[in-house]
Amino acid sequence: MTTAPDTPPRARRGPIAPWFTTTVGTLTSIAVTMLGLLFVTFFIGRVMPIDPVLAIVGERASQSTYDQVYRQLGLDQPLIVQFAYYIWDVVRGDFGVSTLNARPVLEDIARVFPATLELATLGVIVGVVFGIPLGVASAVKQGTWIDHLARVVGLVGYSMPIFWLGMMGLLVFYGILGWVGGPGRLGIFYQGIVPDRTGMILVDSALAGEWEILGNAFSHIVLPASLLGYFSMAYISRMTRSFMLEQLSAEYVTTARVKGLSEWAVVWGHAFRNIRVQLITVIALSYANLLEGSVLTEIIFAWPGIGSYITTALLAADMNAVLGGTVVIGLVFICLNIFSDLLYRVFDPRAK
Amino acid sequence: MTALPEHGRGRGGWRDWLLSDAPASRGQARAAAAWQGWLNFRSNTLAMIGLGILLGLLAVAALAPWLAPYDPFVQDLGNRLQPPGTPGHPLGTDSLGRDILSRLIHGSRITLYIVALVALIAPLAGLLVGTVAGYAGGWVDTILMRITDIFLAFPRLVLALAFVAALGAGIENAVIAISLTAWPPYARIARAETLTIRSSDYISAVRLQGAGPIRIITKHIWPLCISSLIVRVTLDMAGIILAAAGLGFLGLGAQPPSPEWGAMIAEGRRFILDHWYVATVPGLAIFTVSLAFNLLGDGLRDVLDPKSGEGG
Repeated sequence: MTTAPDTPPRARRGPIAPWFTTTVGTLTSIAVTMLGLLFVTFFIGRVMPIDPVLAIVGERASQSTYDQVYRQLGLDQPLIVQFAYYIWDVVRGDFGVSTLNARPVLEDIARVFPATLELATLGVIVGVVFGIPLGVASAVKQGTWIDHLARVVGLVGYSMPIFWLGMMGLLVFYGILGWVGGPGRLGIFYQGIVPDRTGMILVDSALAGEWEILGNAFSHIVLPASLLGYFSMAYISRMTRSFMLEQLSAEYVTTARVKGLSEWAVVWGHAFRNIRVQLITVIALSYANLLEGSVLTEIIFAWPGIGSYITTALLAADMNAVLGGTVVIGLVFICLNIFSDLLYRVFDPRAK
Repeated sequence: MTALPEHGRGRGGWRDWLLSDAPASRGQARAAAAWQGWLNFRSNTLAMIGLGILLGLLAVAALAPWLAPYDPFVQDLGNRLQPPGTPGHPLGTDSLGRDILSRLIHGSRITLYIVALVALIAPLAGLLVGTVAGYAGGWVDTILMRITDIFLAFPRLVLALAFVAALGAGIENAVIAISLTAWPPYARIARAETLTIRSSDYISAVRLQGAGPIRIITKHIWPLCISSLIVRVTLDMAGIILAAAGLGFLGLGAQPPSPEWGAMIAEGRRFILDHWYVATVPGLAIFTVSLAFNLLGDGLRDVLDPKSGEGG
């Protein structure tokens, strides 16, 4: 909404460049969506039955202390003013102080976020590496066993509670077979050795040249990452399949075949090239979904990421932390959506 | 064309009546259309399996007090953590000695209760928002769809978590939280349908006859949106079950003594390495039911909404 006043004067001068209109439109919609996001979290913070003043001063504070904190928090202002303050705080990166450990929420989130990022990134890699070939194969060999396999993978992925599958994975691969490391990011003997640079254990230990720690970290992350990867694989392979089916029925594919190109060249050189842009969109979306999927996964695997952070805060009624985490995840979600949208516009000439 | 080959009497008579090319009444035409849909649906084996599982679940939930061998709440600490196959406890007992099978059977009621409520609230809210936006157009449309986009931009589970945090834990609040996050896709669908219907001739005819917007929306647009919404609801049911189980697992849905399946898994988590069955059995139940909903939804989509194939 804030960018809207720019348009009319330019419109009078003559036809405005199409890219300008789309950019303004996109920026407006981003601004409105983010404003909406903040409004929702603000609203949730308001309807909450927990008294934020009591959480700070405690039950036995005197009435004057209570009133003072009440005013300090700005709760005597009209709602709209409070909302404005809230936006201003969030813009400055101030999510308030956690009532649980009295540290700024943003600091806490910055500390836990890399762990989630590491997990989700590895999950997406797993999903892409297995999902795309599976989707292509099931489209090319439609109706054969591999197509049925892809269908089963998808159905199971859409029907399985992720936290339960995680527990079963731990039971089988850690408890019974002992193939992988257990919950957490590192074995107990390896903790605190590697200096914390990026917050991502795999990267940090590789940077420090601690290969044994890297191996241990990998044995811990492989199970949760494959679990998340499985769910994004189900989605990616299904979308790949339907995109490929659409391309394979096009006439240029027939032409390519008539020309005598090998099946490999037809599928990967022609049809697959045309779905790359759509696939990037799908991958960005599934990346965003993994952030969400990681909430339950992190709890099962005692992974100290943003999902664990939000849930712990939730059970302790630490509302600043919950809303801060929600805003951050929401922002990342929106950014990924916009990013995939932009990629689509840049790379697909038809979208212009 | 009206004379079909004779099929004999009794059942054949009904089939002829249902498959007739020239229905004699509106009722017959409707029945015939439904019968054709059923025939299509019946040929889809997987969808029939899904339907069978769900009918079974319904029966179990309805007859729970008679089917369950024990009271799901009665503790028997002398018999705690018995493995499956123990005489009298086919699926074993949990950490308080309660019979897992009985808890599972009673838990089916909670699952169905949550799913039914969400499946009622979310599509209705979406239908209302979507049709009003689509029919009114203009700034009403812009505002309503902006709100929808904002809700779509949120990760669903995280939003539900935040809502439950604000409202407090419990089944009803879980239902509200899941519904609040589930309605936007329905609004999108309903709006898209409304936009195509709005400009059709018969709507103009109804309007010329003096029908107001409310009548047009409720009597002439809603009925046409229903079938695509039903497909979407069935496909969403699995997601609803998983979300409810997730909230239950986190301790934010049904509260402890309640035999909700997600909460049962959370309880079994402490013993997962020594007594795997306590968490495994309710997980399998959740998986079976959501799989059944997915199978049924796929089948229904083929029958009711043949245009949208894979991917939707």
